[in-house]
Amino acid sequence: MNPGHGLAALAVVLVATLAFGVYGLRLSRGTSDFYVASREISPLLNASAIGGEYLSAASFLGVAGLVMAYGVDMLAYPVGYTAGYLVLLLLVAAPLRRSGAYTLPDFAEERLGSLAVRRVAGVLVAVIAWLYLVPQLQGAGLTLQTVTGAPRWAGAVVVAAVVVGVAAAGGMRSVTLVQGFQFWLKLTAIAVPALFLVMAWRSAGAPALTGPDIPRFDRTTVVTLQDPVRFDVTQPVTVRVTGRLDGTPYTAGAVRLGDGGHTATAGTALTFPPGAAVPHRHGLAPASGARWADPLSGAGGRSHPLYALYSILLATLLGTMGLPHVLVRFYTNPDGRAARRTTLLVLVLLSGFYLLPTVYGALGRVLAPQLLLTGQTDTAVLVLPQLTQAGEGGRLLAALATAGAFAAFVSTASGLTVSVAGVVSQDLLRGSTRGFRWASLAAGIPPLVMATATHGLPVADAIGLAFAVAASSFCPLLVLGIWWRGLTDLGALLGLVAGGGLAAVAVVLTSVRGAGHGWSAALLAQPAAWTVPVAFTVMITVSLLTRHRLSPAAVDRVMLRMHLPEEVGSGGSALPPVRPPTAGRS
Amino acid sequence: MRSVITVVSVTLVIAGAAAALFWLVRGRRGFGTPVERAAFAALHEASLAAPLLRDGLGPDSARKAARHLRALLAAPALAVVGDGELLAWDGVGRHHTAQAVAHTGDAIDAGRPWLVPADTIDCGDLECPVRAAVVVPLVVDGLVVGALTVYARQMSAGLVRAAGEVAHWVIAQLELAELDRSRTRMMEAELRALRAQISPHFVYNSLTAIASFVRTDPAQARELLLEFAELTRYSLRKHGEFSTLAEELRSVDRYLRLERARFGARLRVDLLIAPEVLPVAVPFLCLQPIVENAVRHGLGPKAAPGLITIRAEDAGAECRISVEDDGVGMDPEQVRLQLAGEAEGDSLGLGNVDERLRAVFGDEYGLVVETAPGAGTKISVRVPKYRNGVRAS
Repeated sequence: MNPGHGLAALAVVLVATLAFGVYGLRLSRGTSDFYVASREISPLLNASAIGGEYLSAASFLGVAGLVMAYGVDMLAYPVGYTAGYLVLLLLVAAPLRRSGAYTLPDFAEERLGSLAVRRVAGVLVAVIAWLYLVPQLQGAGLTLQTVTGAPRWAGAVVVAAVVVGVAAAGGMRSVTLVQGFQFWLKLTAIAVPALFLVMAWRSAGAPALTGPDIPRFDRTTVVTLQDPVRFDVTQPVTVRVTGRLDGTPYTAGAVRLGDGGHTATAGTALTFPPGAAVPHRHGLAPASGARWADPLSGAGGRSHPLYALYSILLATLLGTMGLPHVLVRFYTNPDGRAARRTTLLVLVLLSGFYLLPTVYGALGRVLAPQLLLTGQTDTAVLVLPQLTQAGEGGRLLAALATAGAFAAFVSTASGLTVSVAGVVSQDLLRGSTRGFRWASLAAGIPPLVMATATHGLPVADAIGLAFAVAASSFCPLLVLGIWWRGLTDLGALLGLVAGGGLAAVAVVLTSVRGAGHGWSAALLAQPAAWTVPVAFTVMITVSLLTRHRLSPAAVDRVMLRMHLPEEVGSGGSALPPVRPPTAGRS
Repeated sequence: MRSVITVVSVTLVIAGAAAALFWLVRGRRGFGTPVERAAFAALHEASLAAPLLRDGLGPDSARKAARHLRALLAAPALAVVGDGELLAWDGVGRHHTAQAVAHTGDAIDAGRPWLVPADTIDCGDLECPVRAAVVVPLVVDGLVVGALTVYARQMSAGLVRAAGEVAHWVIAQLELAELDRSRTRMMEAELRALRAQISPHFVYNSLTAIASFVRTDPAQARELLLEFAELTRYSLRKHGEFSTLAEELRSVDRYLRLERARFGARLRVDLLIAPEVLPVAVPFLCLQPIVENAVRHGLGPKAAPGLITIRAEDAGAECRISVEDDGVGMDPEQVRLQLAGEAEGDSLGLGNVDERLRAVFGDEYGLVVETAPGAGTKISVRVPKYRNGVRAS
């Protein structure tokens, strides 16, 4: 890819973000009514802002990559990401908004009146946000590497610096407009190249996507490796090699690749003849098109597909409500009615968006099968436009995709950083302005270190783990806290520690060991299916055992506040507003 | 190499989490001599009971505090009685709870510690650990509010003495609770004072301005009168110490519309409001005095057109509000006096707002005034988005 275009796109996104962050945008000006300011946040703008903050690296890059490598089972991720909003709306949104809690620790303190639970919730917010930030930064590194060939850490450092800088400068002013704009940027950046992709596929004679054959190179293809790769050959093939293959250096030498595993170093170029079966990266099993399109077939070699599917669905459905940066968006709705319309629009926007990564994933197997060899399926969205559209047009499309990707990293990461910085500064540094600056650093540095030190998991899988931790800690807290009077502080505390802790341990083990096989690996890679029930069980059991800690009066008060509709609850209606008929008004 | 780094970083994260957990539940054992440890344990129990008692004497606070008080005394059972009813019984011998109120009668009548005769306690069970009791009345400000009864198998001089001391400590806490309450009452009174204080100048000026429109532009006059009515309704409302920022801004907007009727093109207003912070709870009528100050001291004396900028920004865990004018500015010394409540004249508003903000959110949340003669004025307020107990009503 031409680095110039990519860097220009990157610069535009970053400069725009910084400018918005530092100067802000005027929501209302002149002598206009104050209501104009609040009315300007239409449900559509608000929904776009939610989408903008929510669509992260996982959605923009990860879903396409996973679908390409592991088949249609991976659609569980976008389905869960979208439907998670519905669950959030049904169970949590309105009562939480009425409770007056701005963050999850606020909610814990408000509902249970316990500082210990508040602190544990604060620690969990930081852990979830860090887990969520790591793949964003890794995605940034991958993108910058794909676009310019820069080392992996460079992209992560750039995004982390921008995000921490903006947060430390006082947070992103007029967040709603920025995030709303970024949603449409992301949608454009993924939709326009997708159109060209479909056209390229049609002009190539619309090769079957679900045929009986495994992916093959349709023409002579040069694959240049950016990282050392270990791959498995299933059908022997003669390739031309420049670089080091299986420990032997070659310069444009013809090599017969026999069955079995091979290794190649970074920088090695392999030239495959047309019709050759694509060797797959080690650990990724070749699957025929039919098997790829068959649900629960375990295409790509993941074990226990049924368990994994349900676990992913559970994690994403229930985890959305526990994400630290999602909650605050509900405060931009002027009233409950607008909140419901906003959520409906969010569902529409997200559903529309998620159709597109699927297109990339499906067409990627035909148009860019070499990604299965390099294992960089996460870059499909970035690489495909250029492979299918020669010349300047392709470069422009690639630049657009890059801009969209960086918009995804920056918008999600800044929302998360501000959330963590808020929690850290409020609970640890006693809430001073300077404290917030330091807290922004504290929020940004650990994930940067983790992102540069590790990269093993596909982006969407890594984010799925953050969802799993959220689903096994905050989901029980919110659902039981809002809908069950019997939740005690001790029950909540132990439930948070048990559920969040177990899920976090599973995440750590999975990231250390990488994907494996067998039940233990499946249970650890997708922990939600067992950690969520554990968390619920612990919370309910301990609460029942410690029933004496409940103070009915306090519970009544909080419950009333959360469940009484605003129109009834606001005491201002003691005297009905006097607004005589408006006949005389000119 | 990479896996080594992975392991190291993951270990660091786990260690961090463990350290955080340890910090949450850090142990309190393993230092000092036995005497010191006993002292620490006693102080710790006392410190746990103190905040509970600071809420006053109620069934909930009594029940939670009784556990710690009993631990302090190492007695088998302890009862807290308030105003003729049993508030809490902690420990064994629950079959005695029915008589607990009767046990306190003599002590409350006498107004001093009283040993309960053994025959009134005896339940016939020789093994019962509740066979003797000492009752200490809780006298707060000369008024008996309840009694603390300590039960034991046998009463010793030491236990009687200890019960007396613990009761005195409880009384001290209850007196502090009373102090807290009177401070709250004082603040409420002050709030009422501020409320009554919609400035007479403003009422007079508004009505005059409206009157001037009655003939020339009756529709406008009608609109303004309605605004005036709404503003008065909001300012004079009886209930609630807090309001939402949206409500406050709405009231400020009404106020400014009335002022604009008077100043006309001389007064321009810029509002920059982040919609995220509109539902934040703020002390009732905390913005209007600031805006009023900007209009009266900032623009009133100035001949040229003036601009007032009102901002509300989302800043992490808090919301930042500022009111800026490009008027004649104020003398910093004068401002200091105003904030200290020592200024002459009619501008009590700023000092009152400052004091209420500090009282609710803590001293670091006072008003920040940036001004100099001829340089305009900027007054900033920081409000935490969430604070336990602070709710808009």
